[in-house]
Amino acid sequence: MPGATDGAVTLPTSASGDDDAELVRRLRAGDEEIFRRLVVQWSPAMLHLARTCVASTQSAEDVVQDAWLGVLRGLPGFQGRSSLRSWVFTIVINRARSRGVREARTITWSPLGAEDQHGPTVDPARFQGQEGRYPGHWTLTGAPTRWDEHPERRALTQEALDLVRGELGGLPPRQRLVVTLRDVHGVSSEEVCEALDISPQNQRLLLHCGRAVLRTRLEEYYRGR
Amino acid sequence: MTVLPGLDCNHVVELVTDLLDGDLDAVTARRVEQHLTECPGCDAYVEQIHRTVGALGGATVEGLSPQAQQELVHAFRTFHRGA
Repeated sequence: MPGATDGAVTLPTSASGDDDAELVRRLRAGDEEIFRRLVVQWSPAMLHLARTCVASTQSAEDVVQDAWLGVLRGLPGFQGRSSLRSWVFTIVINRARSRGVREARTITWSPLGAEDQHGPTVDPARFQGQEGRYPGHWTLTGAPTRWDEHPERRALTQEALDLVRGELGGLPPRQRLVVTLRDVHGVSSEEVCEALDISPQNQRLLLHCGRAVLRTRLEEYYRGR
Repeated sequence: MTVLPGLDCNHVVELVTDLLDGDLDAVTARRVEQHLTECPGCDAYVEQIHRTVGALGGATVEGLSPQAQQELVHAFRTFHRGA
């Protein structure tokens, strides 16, 4: 990894309180290397968060930079009631929202949106109906088949990877945000709930529906559409 | 095809997110795991969700510009010198 000269420094990234306490201690003590690493590791997710509220990539950069300065100022008073990372994310969101308001960017951030309504994530036609021999079980043609039964497709091809990452951008905004934080940036469910101020059920639902759509797109790709 | 009373495939596919996050209660988790060993369709489904999540995890992500990072480290240094 370019620039990573000190391999001996480990950077805890989990949401566990013990790791956080150590991070906070080192940041408060002025450990520049730790600060630099957090900026490198957390800023991509912060940029994504900010970008959901503001009008341009440049605005998002400004918000994230400003948020880090806010983190510096707020760190002496950080109570550890949430994980350090979700606290940092909350600072980003608050700043991005006020900037989004100034930029007159309309965002829907109500607790529940249309996309939170839970229907089946797999086409019901793929399961046997009440008249079937095994109601609720896959039909003969509806059952998923393993993608790697085709030896040449054992690993996801570059084309498939590009496809799924492109489709991520097409998800409804709240699903996209949760799936991006969880699966692209590796943020824990607890941290997502804290940062976005949503319930665990809501978080689960957005993630569940978003992932199911992306799987379906990949399946269509592997079935040759 | 094995029939497991009360746990049909159309139910299992809606439990996959809880399963992967370890959020199922122990009894349900065991029943789902058991279902997966007996149902190739659901087993493939869960594996495909895994692969989908894995594909997202390898995506390149945009960070702050090197200049912005430098400015922040500088601010950090100044902040601690001043403190």
